[in-house]
Amino acid sequence: MSAEPLIRARALVKRFGDFIAVDRIDFEVYRGEAFGFLGPNGAGKSSTMRMIGCVSPPSGGELSILGLDPVAAGPLIRARLGVVPQEDTLDLELTVRENLLVYGRYFGLSRELIRERTARLLDFVQLSDRARDQVEPLSGGMKRRLTIARSLINDPEIMLMDEPTTGLDPQARHAVWDRLFRLKQQGVTLILTTHYMDEAEQLCDRLVVMDRGKIAAEGSPRELIERYSTPEVLELRFEPDRHQVAAEKLASVPAERREVLADRILLYVTDGDDTLAAVRALGLEPLTSLVRRSTLEDVFLRLTGRRLED
Amino acid sequence: MATGTAGAVARRAPPGAVFAVRELRFWLTDYRRTWRGSIFSSLLTPLLFLGAMGLGLGTLVNARGDASIGGVSYLTFLAPGLLAATAMTTAVEESTYPVLASVKWVKTYQAATASPLRPADVFHGHMLFVALRLTMNCAIFLAVAAALGAVRSPWALAAVPVAVLTGITFNAVIEAWAITRTKDTSFAVIFRFGMIPLFLFSATFFPITQLPGWLRPVAYVTPLWHGAALCRSLSLGTATPGGALIHVGYLAGLAAVGVAAGNRTYRRRLYV
Repeated sequence: MSAEPLIRARALVKRFGDFIAVDRIDFEVYRGEAFGFLGPNGAGKSSTMRMIGCVSPPSGGELSILGLDPVAAGPLIRARLGVVPQEDTLDLELTVRENLLVYGRYFGLSRELIRERTARLLDFVQLSDRARDQVEPLSGGMKRRLTIARSLINDPEIMLMDEPTTGLDPQARHAVWDRLFRLKQQGVTLILTTHYMDEAEQLCDRLVVMDRGKIAAEGSPRELIERYSTPEVLELRFEPDRHQVAAEKLASVPAERREVLADRILLYVTDGDDTLAAVRALGLEPLTSLVRRSTLEDVFLRLTGRRLED
Repeated sequence: MATGTAGAVARRAPPGAVFAVRELRFWLTDYRRTWRGSIFSSLLTPLLFLGAMGLGLGTLVNARGDASIGGVSYLTFLAPGLLAATAMTTAVEESTYPVLASVKWVKTYQAATASPLRPADVFHGHMLFVALRLTMNCAIFLAVAAALGAVRSPWALAAVPVAVLTGITFNAVIEAWAITRTKDTSFAVIFRFGMIPLFLFSATFFPITQLPGWLRPVAYVTPLWHGAALCRSLSLGTATPGGALIHVGYLAGLAAVGVAAGNRTYRRRLYV
């Protein structure tokens, strides 16, 4: 990591009328790292990404990208970014290859260079055999991979990805993650937003948890879990009519923290099996029980009192 | 590395015109698959009008005498007016649905503004594309009119750029407005209550002197009348430098207002 951050935000604000979408946030992103904004819908992640992408002027605070001011030097900064927007902006009427051609031209690249890179990038996202096909009939996962290939046409230093796998089926998500992981290995700086905790855990070296426009916590996935959760979680499910009674009885079971959700009760403990034995010793028999490791979802629940995906 | 991105990082962005041409090339790539049908459909209506009105209805008009239309055949009178009107209709169509498609349905505008292009570059690039289409359509229309003997002066060649300017004026103003829309419902209103009345009453089919006196000043402020009047005087060989300057000045001025407005509205829509 170099000492100078690629991106630096201080007290960054985005306002839409009276609504404050991003509320005085501070963060830095360094070269070569995979940095994530984790939070539910409406947390201010996309607004932050659009400010970094220089398509949304900040309402307050400071933002510096590659050492430049995004308002004054938008074209220069964007020439060095690769953007994967939340919704694909592919030209559906054109072919896969034409989409890359058109996009490469926006960056002023020569036809020859675009052709050379197109071959390499389509190979990278496993779409070489669809090069001549129109985009419209491609599957959601293919379109997403094409968007990723397109965003790489200018050989960007920073990749901005807003919810890269939202709306994809599990198999397609894993295919995208695999490609992103390879990019990271190649040293591309990745910045992504997600409301999937597994995506954040898989891809991010470091992340900030965002909620209602503010940053609630910052660290690596492991650090955040260690700081804000316990090693294990015991998830208990009871019949709906016994749910409340069980929750009250469980108060006597030692646990660092407990969360009574609408359908489940979570006990945050060091050893889930020991705790389950203690629950049974009370004469409580849950419908189902699950001992698992803590995740970023638990971190989010702890920090905000709400769940990530609703 | 093969590009300028890593080794030598650009210190200054290229001028806006370079970006606008990049956007124009995007539109041309798109147009490559539709140009035949598009030329056909945008010229079919005006050529039908030229045939039905100019040749058909024209024989009745000619039989009544040609004093009110400047002593020429009705076809000769009509052709330059239709030239300007064709430029208007093509421009209005190109400035409405394609704009909403680019910003809302397909989001190609957003794809472009994620690259170095700015909202104004996207706007100007689209205008360049419209200007190119207008030039093609107007040139073909004039050639057909000339083949039918509806052109009296070599100055008619200058009517092509004048018709293109007329179209571009509509294009600038309407695009500046269309980018602020979130639904396409108001486009039908523009077609019905804006474009069709202009098409019928801006000296396309009959001289403005045939309008009731109170309506004439209205015609004088419509861009189509300025375009049609100048195209007609060029085609008939009766244009005067002073008159031409007034018409061109009016159209260019209005186009400039449209461009200035569009620079703002495009920015407001695409930089939120």
